[in-house]
Amino acid sequence: MASLKERGTVAGLKAYHWIEFRLGLVKPLSEAAQHPTPADNASWWYVFGSAATVLLMLQVVTGILLALVYAPTANSAWTSLNVLNHNIPLGWYIRAVHGWGSNFMVAVVLIHMVQVFMFGSYKFPRELTWMVGVGLLLLTLGMAFTGQVMRFDQDAYWGLGIGASIASRVPFIGAPLVHLILGGPILGGPTLARFFTLHVFVIPGLLLAGVGVHVFMVLRHGVSEWPMPGRIVRKSTYVREYHELTEKTGIPFVPDAAWKDAVFAAAILFTVMAFAFFFGPFGPNGQPDPTIIQTAPKPDFIFLWIYAVLAFLPPAIETPTMLVVPVVGIAALLLLPIFASEGERHWSRRPVAVLTVSVIAVTLGIFTRLGTYTPWSPIMDAWTSDAVPPAYLHNRTPLEREGAIVLQNKQCRNCHELDGVGGLRGPELDSVATRLTENELIRQVLQGGGNMPAYGDALNPSETKALVSFLMTLRGKNLQPAVDASQTIVHDTQFHLPEPASSPQPRHGP
Amino acid sequence: MSELLKYPGESSNNDLTPDGKAAAHTRRVFLFKLAVGLNVLVGAVLAVPLVGYIISPSLKKGSRTGAWIKIGDVNEFPAGETRLVSFRSPVAVFDDGQTGDIPCWVRHISGRKFQVFAINCAHLGCPVRWFAQAKLFLCPCHGGAYYEDGARAAGPPERGLFLYKHRLVGDSLVIHAGDMPTLATQASCKGDPLVQIQPANAASVTVTTANATESTSWQA
Repeated sequence: MASLKERGTVAGLKAYHWIEFRLGLVKPLSEAAQHPTPADNASWWYVFGSAATVLLMLQVVTGILLALVYAPTANSAWTSLNVLNHNIPLGWYIRAVHGWGSNFMVAVVLIHMVQVFMFGSYKFPRELTWMVGVGLLLLTLGMAFTGQVMRFDQDAYWGLGIGASIASRVPFIGAPLVHLILGGPILGGPTLARFFTLHVFVIPGLLLAGVGVHVFMVLRHGVSEWPMPGRIVRKSTYVREYHELTEKTGIPFVPDAAWKDAVFAAAILFTVMAFAFFFGPFGPNGQPDPTIIQTAPKPDFIFLWIYAVLAFLPPAIETPTMLVVPVVGIAALLLLPIFASEGERHWSRRPVAVLTVSVIAVTLGIFTRLGTYTPWSPIMDAWTSDAVPPAYLHNRTPLEREGAIVLQNKQCRNCHELDGVGGLRGPELDSVATRLTENELIRQVLQGGGNMPAYGDALNPSETKALVSFLMTLRGKNLQPAVDASQTIVHDTQFHLPEPASSPQPRHGP
Repeated sequence: MSELLKYPGESSNNDLTPDGKAAAHTRRVFLFKLAVGLNVLVGAVLAVPLVGYIISPSLKKGSRTGAWIKIGDVNEFPAGETRLVSFRSPVAVFDDGQTGDIPCWVRHISGRKFQVFAINCAHLGCPVRWFAQAKLFLCPCHGGAYYEDGARAAGPPERGLFLYKHRLVGDSLVIHAGDMPTLATQASCKGDPLVQIQPANAASVTVTTANATESTSWQA
């Protein structure tokens, strides 16, 4: 039996040599995998790049599986997604893994980028590696956006409309650009076909090629060593210092450093699988029928912050901001390693870098949070679903109660809260009478202002009278009503004639 | 000449490096450059149909897209009310499915005066909803608000709602529908920055100028 085993081994080796002599790839690849790397970077902080690559592979595999069923036409995409969810065995799970894999991939790519930035690893000689990485980030976000379109539902339809509306703001070429994106005059079959082509052929091709170049450059320059305060990157000495460090402390990347990458990759894959299993696939929600207008379109989680920013920009600077800020932001990312290619790498010596990351993270967090509950959007059904709290009607005159009906009927609640229920677009009305006098209320209701429409055309005088008399009862927890200081002065002047000029009397407001 | 054409194995300059050989083989170098030039030329010619194919949707003149279509009879729209109407887009193609059904808001002012608004908010194109009691159009995305005549009331939009060109043919209300309304189409409407989705193109088209005076206030 032993001889049989030996013969088997010999035959296997022979086959390997036959192939490797003709292929010539196994040896150089295994040499590259075992290249020595400074022992101090065999760290759990250095696992995100490989994890992103593993997630990309997961996306490629699950994407190919989905393409077996998905029908990229406006006519049947939505139906095919439901078939995947309900009729194809495990179709729901493949969709879920692809959807959650997308979220995790964006997250891991961002974490990888922040880690590289905080560790100063983008500095000489790895500037171009960073720039290619910026391109990979943009391609990843491109996959996320086009992927959201693949889930061809209401959100996808109106999300594309938002995209086209942004494109329409580009000066001079706005209209042709919109037609180029939509593939025609309206959003429809050709639009989905274009985004399908981008999502399935163009961007993945660029992404895979870019990852190849990125990894090639990582191997060429070696994985950056752990940053130390005071260890300065200088173009004249860095390469020599790095090689000395590698010779002194080097360990083979595979297996001595790569086992952590492998463990993390398995962990992240398993996490995606678990999320997919427990939380299931994303949508599709309502069918992409534009005649169903009872919808509040929203982008996917990672684009929520953009959606929020677009609610806050004043009209006058909105278009310039939309068109200029992304260009400046991407240019800043690309040019960063050119302007900061030398110097300290350790975060404790780079306060501006730490501050930048913190500010950006907090900003994105706040806008994303706002995007989850959209305080700027009217709540379309608040006027029929959220009643006036009974406590607000106790001991009220008939006129005041009529005013409460006007308040509901004229849909004020869509934008204004009462007792914590209603829209957040305008201020809450629980204590409105402590802020505005009767005259100010009438003026505000009839003429609008401060981002409130004028209701002069929608209210007749008796409705206005009733509404304002109800609003006058809303004084929070029995607070003092608002008073008009100027009226008191006028009142004073009228009824207390000023003394002769020789002895001026100081006049006091209330 | 003849020795340069020899099979490399029999060449007399085997002692040269490959680069040196290439330098010596000026005719081959010339031919290679010629071939590269030939490929550039062929590539450029090939690029014309390839690029033309991709950008063909942008090449059609916006004003020529679309057509007049009937969206209903006058008596379907009570005077003083604003109603939602859907129509099959005249520019829909074979695989548009439901996306080829386009809704719009029809406001019957009085008599033969109408306004037909696009569903798309002038901010970023979300579908606006009509609230008859408040007499407002509200947008669910970023809270844009418009008055009953389409004028901007509040929120991020920088202008009023987009208007379809419309006319009455007998008792039929017909509109000119084509492009999805965006700000870019507005920019191409010189002289009437308001509302027209299509620039007024031909004298044969009689646009109802119902609200000429109201509309000036729209350009907030």
